[in-house]
Amino acid sequence: MSRAELALSLRSAGGNGDLGHAEAAGGISQPPSAFDVAADRALRALALGAAWAAVLIVILIVAEISHRALPAVREHGAGFLTARTWDANRANFGILPQIVGTLYSSFLGLAIGTVFGVAIAIFLSEGFLAAFLYTALKAVGYEDHRFWGTLPLRVEGLLKITIELLAAIPSVVYGLWGIFVVIPMIRPLADWLHAHLGWIPLFGTTLSGPGLLPASLVLAIMVLPTITAISRDALVAVPPKLREAAFGLGATHWEAILAVIVPAAATGIFGSIVLGFGRALGETVALAMLAGNANVISWSLFSPCSTLAALLANHFSEAASIEVGALMYAALVLLAITLVVNIVGAIILQRAEAGLKGLR
Amino acid sequence: MKPGRARNLLVAACCAALLFPVLEPLRGPGRGIAQAADKITLQGTGATFPAPLYQRWFSEYNQLHPEVQINYQPLGSGAGVQQFTQQLVDFGASDAAMTDEEIAQVKPGVVLLPMTAGSVAIAYNLPNAPAELKLSREAYVGIFLGKITKWNDPKIAAANPGATMPDLDITPVARSDGSGTTYVFTNHLSTISDAWKSGPGTGKSIEWPAGVRGKGNAGVTALIKQTPGAVGYVEYGYAKQTGMPMATLENKAGKYIKIDAASQTAALSGVELPADLRAWLPDPAGAAAYPIVTYTWLLCYKTYDKPEVARTLKEVISYGLSDGQKFSEELGYIPLPANVVAAVTKAVERISP
Repeated sequence: MSRAELALSLRSAGGNGDLGHAEAAGGISQPPSAFDVAADRALRALALGAAWAAVLIVILIVAEISHRALPAVREHGAGFLTARTWDANRANFGILPQIVGTLYSSFLGLAIGTVFGVAIAIFLSEGFLAAFLYTALKAVGYEDHRFWGTLPLRVEGLLKITIELLAAIPSVVYGLWGIFVVIPMIRPLADWLHAHLGWIPLFGTTLSGPGLLPASLVLAIMVLPTITAISRDALVAVPPKLREAAFGLGATHWEAILAVIVPAAATGIFGSIVLGFGRALGETVALAMLAGNANVISWSLFSPCSTLAALLANHFSEAASIEVGALMYAALVLLAITLVVNIVGAIILQRAEAGLKGLR
Repeated sequence: MKPGRARNLLVAACCAALLFPVLEPLRGPGRGIAQAADKITLQGTGATFPAPLYQRWFSEYNQLHPEVQINYQPLGSGAGVQQFTQQLVDFGASDAAMTDEEIAQVKPGVVLLPMTAGSVAIAYNLPNAPAELKLSREAYVGIFLGKITKWNDPKIAAANPGATMPDLDITPVARSDGSGTTYVFTNHLSTISDAWKSGPGTGKSIEWPAGVRGKGNAGVTALIKQTPGAVGYVEYGYAKQTGMPMATLENKAGKYIKIDAASQTAALSGVELPADLRAWLPDPAGAAAYPIVTYTWLLCYKTYDKPEVARTLKEVISYGLSDGQKFSEELGYIPLPANVVAAVTKAVERISP
């Protein structure tokens, strides 16, 4: 049936129908006007264009960076990835310390952020706080009060919003906070660890001020809202029948959480970790302020380090053309690392989802 | 509201948003052009080192002559020379004078004008430090080379008799971003030390052998303040404003010189300006001269297409050389000696028309 025929048949169907019913529905059976059709097409074209523009922009960015990195890729080759100096005066470029620093700080920050983020998500989704407040209100007999009775839910909501607000803090503020609060705060502990446990490579150097540990701690806080918000949504979405079944089998609250609910929400939690990792890899300003930006590869948590994003941010403004090529090469490497992480994450996510299919 | 109507409104809004920038300039065509004729806007890009002084000049000048608007973007000396060479700006600024090769690339010709001078301080954070920390040339080169790692090193203690130096690690702090300040500092180190010259070398950003890096003067200052045992180089004006303790350095004559207005002026007056005004002073000779000083240059074209741009620029420069020098000391720069002002004023006449 052609489009014209379809319109015709629709029109006749409307004409044959109960007139009173059509009027009651406010002329719902009217054929689309020419303007309706045009507007519909325009909107569809706009949406399609916007979707393709997003894809196109990504392709253009990759193409532009690759194009400008090409001379440097030809000149430095794979040795660029394993060399350890960045000396613009002698055109010696290598980014091994930056690659190591990027991965080390991101993994460390992510590990800390995951522990706290998932713990907060469980705390918020399992109603521990609400239960505690409810008991407290009950003790004074206010649990059904018009105002105080809603307090548990409200406090929980407030806590959730507060953690999500962490995502709204600009990273330069995190950087300043790191310099003026985190570093002085961890200095006594770091000095003690180095003095007493200095034989462990992790504590092998004195705290130089900015370094891997302060950078990772701040990164952990920066990825916290991502991990918490998505993990909480995943935990809340676990079907109640699972929880009830666990309790029915005699599990305690914690056994139910750890053995049933968290595994059932594992896909969502893992997704939040992958997203958090993406954020940690690309974080620039806070790390440029806190990492120390020294071309050093060290196991020590207290040693200064450098990251790819910080390298780009630090060197671009004053780079001569020969250095710009090398920086573009570094940007390409960062892009590749991010891409690989996201692909691996997506694959693991898919596997995990397949394994949990029966639960939904 | 029916869904159909909501959609139509959305489409109408999108169309309006798309058309708005097209239609807007068409309204009232006379007004915008009339304004453009009265106002003169000069664009400049360059060094961050003299930026506070330049911006003060330009805003003061704008108050005196409201029709002249000067935009100065402190993107760095490298960007200044680059954009100036590509003729994207009306003037540039750089802490390192342009080389002959760079000058040859600029078609309309180049006039280099030293507009002010500044110095680089070595600031430190040393608990229970002596009232005046003296550093010999060997000591501060050694610290930044990573050869001297403790504050109680004999090479530091020798210059500070009577003071007890703590057994504390030295953390050298340098700039992580490319900077004219780094150029001035490393140029000085290369001049006084062969080990430095053949090692890290001179540049706007170099491979530092030791320590940590902070972004900008602010980043370096913050790191020094937060790290006991830290020592780093900061532009003098910045160190003065933030109240950092600054080291007294040994100069070429072997004297220990405190960083202040007198010792900085002494460093400038010891140097004869050549005809092209490109005076390098990596290690000034005078007995009372502070060792790490530099001129900073304004880059102008010899010929401008628009006479009013050339005329305005010349007036602004004359203002900076006369009244503008008064702001120097307050902002931590060195006022130009009278003979330099005379030489630069003469050089301004080379800008035409």
